[in-house]
Amino acid sequence: MAGLAQDAGVVLRLDGITKRFGALTANGDVSLDLKRGEILALLGENGAGKTTLMNILFGHYVADEGRVMVSPDGTGLSELEPGSPHAALQAGIGMVHQHFTLAENLSALDNILLGTERLAALSSSRAPARRKLEELMARSGLTVSLDARISQLSVGEKQRVEILKALYRDARVLVLDEPTAVLTPQESDTLFATLKKLSDDGLGIIFISHKLAEVLASSHRVAVLRGGRKVADLPTAECDRRKLAELMVGHAIVETMRSPGTPGAPLFVLEKASAGQGRDALREVDLTLKSGEILGIAGVSGNGQTTLARVISGLEPLSSGSMTLEGKGVGQTSARTMIDSGLARIPEDRHHDGIVGAMSVSENLAIEAIRKPENQRLGLLRFSAMRERARNLIKAYDIRCQSEDSPARLLSGGNIQKIVLARTLETVPKVVLAAQPSRGLDVGATSDVHKRLLAARDRGAGVILISEDLDELMRLSDRIAVIHRGHLSEAEASETLDRGSLGLRMAGHSTEDAA
Amino acid sequence: MIRFEPRGPSSVSRMLGVSIAAALAALLLAAIPMAFAGLSVFEGYSLMVKGAFGSLFAFTEMLTRATPLILTGLAAAVAFRAKLWNIGAEGQLYAGALAAVAVGTGVISAPPYILIPLVVLAGALAGGLVMLGPTLLKTRLGVDEVVTTLLLNFIILLFVQMMLEGPMKDPMGMGWPQSEPILDAAALPKLMDRMRIHWGLVIALVSSLGVYFLLKRTIWGFEIRAVGENAAAARHAGIPVTATFIRVGLLSGALAGLAGVGEVAGLKGYLTADLSPGFGYSGIVVAMLAGLSPAGVVLAALFIASIFVGADSMSRATGVSNYLADLIVAMALLCVLVSGLFLRFKIRFVGSQTNKEAAE
Repeated sequence: MAGLAQDAGVVLRLDGITKRFGALTANGDVSLDLKRGEILALLGENGAGKTTLMNILFGHYVADEGRVMVSPDGTGLSELEPGSPHAALQAGIGMVHQHFTLAENLSALDNILLGTERLAALSSSRAPARRKLEELMARSGLTVSLDARISQLSVGEKQRVEILKALYRDARVLVLDEPTAVLTPQESDTLFATLKKLSDDGLGIIFISHKLAEVLASSHRVAVLRGGRKVADLPTAECDRRKLAELMVGHAIVETMRSPGTPGAPLFVLEKASAGQGRDALREVDLTLKSGEILGIAGVSGNGQTTLARVISGLEPLSSGSMTLEGKGVGQTSARTMIDSGLARIPEDRHHDGIVGAMSVSENLAIEAIRKPENQRLGLLRFSAMRERARNLIKAYDIRCQSEDSPARLLSGGNIQKIVLARTLETVPKVVLAAQPSRGLDVGATSDVHKRLLAARDRGAGVILISEDLDELMRLSDRIAVIHRGHLSEAEASETLDRGSLGLRMAGHSTEDAA
Repeated sequence: MIRFEPRGPSSVSRMLGVSIAAALAALLLAAIPMAFAGLSVFEGYSLMVKGAFGSLFAFTEMLTRATPLILTGLAAAVAFRAKLWNIGAEGQLYAGALAAVAVGTGVISAPPYILIPLVVLAGALAGGLVMLGPTLLKTRLGVDEVVTTLLLNFIILLFVQMMLEGPMKDPMGMGWPQSEPILDAAALPKLMDRMRIHWGLVIALVSSLGVYFLLKRTIWGFEIRAVGENAAAARHAGIPVTATFIRVGLLSGALAGLAGVGEVAGLKGYLTADLSPGFGYSGIVVAMLAGLSPAGVVLAALFIASIFVGADSMSRATGVSNYLADLIVAMALLCVLVSGLFLRFKIRFVGSQTNKEAAE
């Protein structure tokens, strides 16, 4: 065990943390040290146990074994009371969750002060708090307008409020869960610059990520979790992309490489298409998808891509404009007509829109074609035919499940996505709409999704790929258009684009600015 | 402190076990007021068992009472499966009874093999139509069907009272607000001589089989399950969600309407405003106790019916109020709702020292 000398500068220690959920070991004997002024990246695939570990640290979960030690005053380490977020806050641990915990209808200042004031106090004195915050903002560069309502702030600003919230409580350790998931590349750069400054001032920072690039660029040390266990803990300077990827996945990986496509005639066209209202509305969008190409749609979430996906899925009517497939109008919106005209739709939220969790794998595989003669005769379901087709699809798409009769909700995210892929791509669609198809999937499942999309393109389908992951877009797309505030830019060949110019456009700068 | 840990899927045997445990817990809890009423608990329950199963008459009375409960239970179960919260089975039952009386009291004269099906059909149709309104309001305008179906109960009951005081009043009824009697050719035949048990039971059991088959084997059933379990995914997969709701609403209302037909054309012979002692509401308990399964509905209806019939009989023998039956039924519903927790979560008791902070 670590001697006294090694404890110097350690502000946080996780010691042999084990957490089980039923048969699943989410964390197995994980030990971790964080030093003062250090930025530690916690890297791992989805389901590797990163978030569980941080939830134990913050007291949301109680570990089955092991303990959390903190040094509240910068001297010795003492054990943190398990299961109490209050104790974690007291000990100077601040956490920024992936989904923000802010009250939308209160001002930034109110949100920061929430929970720090005494309930019994007759009046709250805001002036000292405001002074302290202004000083904090000046020192860290985290500027927000304290009197603005949270609902008026952008995602990046909300995140700054969350960080300020932690700093205001005198956090000595700051934990950020997937902080860049909702940010543009530029916003991410700003965030990491801020984190660097904060760490120089002595703050210990842990950020959770599965993006190799940002881990390499912004951390001092990397701890890699795989299957709930820590498989590596090493200085970032000694790592490279390939090494980290292999540590994270457990084996060498081959990234899907795209061969150039052979685009054909225009297949699917949106003209001056508007739909929805509010922030996520679609405004006069022109889009032309050719057969045999992947058209990428880049954008920060909440800029209209959800509405675009809903329109193409047949779930939302166009308020104006037109939508045509092979020259024929498909403006009549129902999911049924879209399916019947040869559109495959992979929904953004696969748990919510993709599967009926309580129904079996075979029922979920048949659901889009349940009225087709292969699944029914005179209104009666043909179970044995459904099961047999399910067994074939399970084999062909490598869906890992106990049997075709198990409820779909028991499957992992990757396998649920494979159900969606299997039932939509099996119909040999003309157009494939893939909305965030690899969100939340591990490297293996992601590469599988990519291969399927490329295969669909290669046999002549047009693919619309909506994604927030620029790497994915650059790797797969033949052309990329950027969506911002509901407007879609002209699509350009992906070879002519780079991350920087895409990022600028995602943030709303015009093509001329970006060039 | 207590921690809840989510469980995997529930097996049929565990669901059955939980339902039975809930029923037993309700009986145990009801023993407390029974003891307060000065009755020995053992004696009370043995009187109840005797009252429901003690003789052929008792048994057929229990089955007669179970008949409308099976149908209203099915009405609730099939609607709840689609997450269409039909709380209006009571009103739909009265609508069915009113239609049966309208058709079966002499407007049409025909032989029984024509008139009985007509009466049954009219009742089912009336119940279904009553449910159509709230369903359309829900699918078109997003109006909460809990409110509309519940309030419709009172409107329909008042409408029935109006009809019984006015146009449908029996001129030979000595001034009582009741309808003309159902023609013999329109009445559901008795199943046994000198007993009240009637063909409504057969209709109920066939309906239960029918609903089971519908949910399990047909496209419509598939769509009902899909919409109920995840309407968003069903819509995304091209399932006609609105049409499914309308189908379910019509079916649910029709089943409740059949309960009214059975009561008026099988049992009472004429319609009064106190035809149903809350069969529509008890149907909700039946459906919940049955875990929304059509086969379970039959068992749960038999259980609830034996409580009602048994408590009546016990009450006559001992003078303890038969409100006890309502108490047991209400307890059973509460116990089922609580037991849902045990189906979904594993409950663990962990040492209290971890939570000192929270207690301070």
